[in-house]
Amino acid sequence: MSILVGADTRLVVQGITGREGEFHTRASIAYGTKVVAGTRPGKGGQTAIDGTIPIFDTVAEAAKQTGANTSVIYIPAAGAPDAIFEAVDAGIATIICITEGIPALDMIPAVEAVRRAGARLIGPNCPGVTSPGRAKVGIIPASIHKPGRVGVVSRSGTLTYEAVQAMTDAGLGQSTCVGIGGDPIIGTTFLDVLKLFRDDPETDAIVMIGEIGGSAEEEAAAFAAEHLKGVPMAAFIAGRTAPPGRRMGHAGAIISGGSGTAAEKMAALEAAGVRVADSPTQLPRLLLEAGYRP
Amino acid sequence: MKIQEADAKSLLLAQGLPVPPWKVARTPAEIEAAARSYFVEGAGRVVIKAQVLVGGRGKAGGVKLAASPAEAADIGSRILGMDIKGIKVRKVLVGAAADIVKEYYLGAIIDRASRRITLMASAEGGVEIEEVARQNPGAIHRVSADPLLGLLAFQARALGLAIGLRDPLLSPFVTIAQGLFATMKANDADLVEINPLAIVSEKAADGSATQRLVCLDAKITLDDSGLARHKGLEALRDLDEEDPTDAEARRLGINFIHLDGTIGCMVNGAGLAMTTMDLVKHYGGEPANFLDVGGGARHETVCGAMELILADPHVNAILVNIFGGITRGDEVAEGLIEARAEQKRAVPMVVRIVGTNADEAARLLKEANFETAASLDEAAEKAVALSKGASL
Repeated sequence: MSILVGADTRLVVQGITGREGEFHTRASIAYGTKVVAGTRPGKGGQTAIDGTIPIFDTVAEAAKQTGANTSVIYIPAAGAPDAIFEAVDAGIATIICITEGIPALDMIPAVEAVRRAGARLIGPNCPGVTSPGRAKVGIIPASIHKPGRVGVVSRSGTLTYEAVQAMTDAGLGQSTCVGIGGDPIIGTTFLDVLKLFRDDPETDAIVMIGEIGGSAEEEAAAFAAEHLKGVPMAAFIAGRTAPPGRRMGHAGAIISGGSGTAAEKMAALEAAGVRVADSPTQLPRLLLEAGYRP
Repeated sequence: MKIQEADAKSLLLAQGLPVPPWKVARTPAEIEAAARSYFVEGAGRVVIKAQVLVGGRGKAGGVKLAASPAEAADIGSRILGMDIKGIKVRKVLVGAAADIVKEYYLGAIIDRASRRITLMASAEGGVEIEEVARQNPGAIHRVSADPLLGLLAFQARALGLAIGLRDPLLSPFVTIAQGLFATMKANDADLVEINPLAIVSEKAADGSATQRLVCLDAKITLDDSGLARHKGLEALRDLDEEDPTDAEARRLGINFIHLDGTIGCMVNGAGLAMTTMDLVKHYGGEPANFLDVGGGARHETVCGAMELILADPHVNAILVNIFGGITRGDEVAEGLIEARAEQKRAVPMVVRIVGTNADEAARLLKEANFETAASLDEAAEKAVALSKGASL
């Protein structure tokens, strides 16, 4: 079954004619994702990706004509919040926003619009979602994945690749890998994804990759302690050596007022029975120690 | 981006908040002149406040009162040049000392959990809010602004009532709270704090005393992602307090943070860059920097990043860790080869490149005799050994 994206995904690419949009759409198609449409206002009626994908002026038109149920946004920061509003208005159920550098205050009304519509937003500033063997939406390299039953959720990009590669190398395949994004205001949190994994019959173990800043890892730990008993879980938290008060690349990765430290998050996870790795390469071993058998 | 108190006060004033006048002075003579102007206007004393972008300046002796222009110059000359948490004081703010009746705290933050702007207020003002949060968390009252409508008057009123304000100060408080919210929105701030927001007693011309709420201090941090769309905010960046490499990193589009260790790190992706630092530490070394070259880094970025790392004389080993996705391993390898050819100082380096075009990268690095590593852990261990003087 997997979560968020899979065999049922019918994808519309918002910003399909841009450099990033086109490049990653090709990779998604090559992976077997059903890309049904692209949007580029003013170029409706034309085609993209060597004449294979129809371009529409609006997401609403794309959804109506192609039955698109999922969108991915490769639109620069200035236009990305509007792209989210447009996708919500068109009735898209799952919206995945890759765009980095959106001002946080722009995301407050955007996530509210998504919430009111009962839709789901992943990101922004995220690498996307892959359900190995089924669908790949976003920029995660296809080569690192192996189909399996471990759910992976992460705030990071390349660090996720590192962890997923380590799992694949160890023979542990993944049900779905979700990059939730490194910004302070994101559509879907660790907690939301843990709930989805709990309810997914094809996910038997979970890997969580967090980092300094905020308290989303602590909230996830509290949920895991209560609702994920018996589910093998391992985690890695980046930023043990990060100095306080400095933004570590991601807009959300900052220790402020002494809170949001790696130590607090690791302690909360360990107290919840989650095994915490010193290096992402240890994650497969910790999952096995927690009783997971692929 | 952090900005100085004086600039934060200007942003509050622009939204109509009550901020008493101030002057910024950089020399004892300027301090004396500024102080004199306030004494002429009838001030009993003046306050002199160090302008630095770190907290705790009061405890460090960076905030003092003076009773005459001469005393202001004397005290000011000692504050100028003072070292506060590693920052040299280059300028001070001078203003008339207020007759404070009571101090409050009022702040606004981007609240990740509620995904809204949350205002916080406390009747325990004038002390660090983190301290209040630890000692007496019940003293901090919160209200989250509506995500679409903003901070509504009834919400601001509830906050004012919660901290004990009543007529005739409640209505001005509502105006101030909404002005604080407006300041946040107008500048893409991610934090706006007024601490203290104070009830001050002021003498009118006829000698009668009145009380009013004023913003005596201001702290604002701006969302870096919003800077480009507000004219004039970039000019508030205080280059005096910046590490000189920061400006160069910004120009190159690199996320760079200088640290105190000896192992220079070059990584793609912020999470992986933090992890690389963490592993350096885990294997017994100390990272000299956080450096994320970003997605799709090529030659010039790699060369620029190498120069930033080598500009730190304490760096005695370099660890390059690239997980190619958008970034192509061979382009990074070419950049490294070029950077090493131009390198002014021979520093041992270990390189690990995996992902997109890693095979081509491996071939290039082998031909150029680079020390390489297959895994992140191996790379970190080797870098630590190199830093400690081992030859691999």
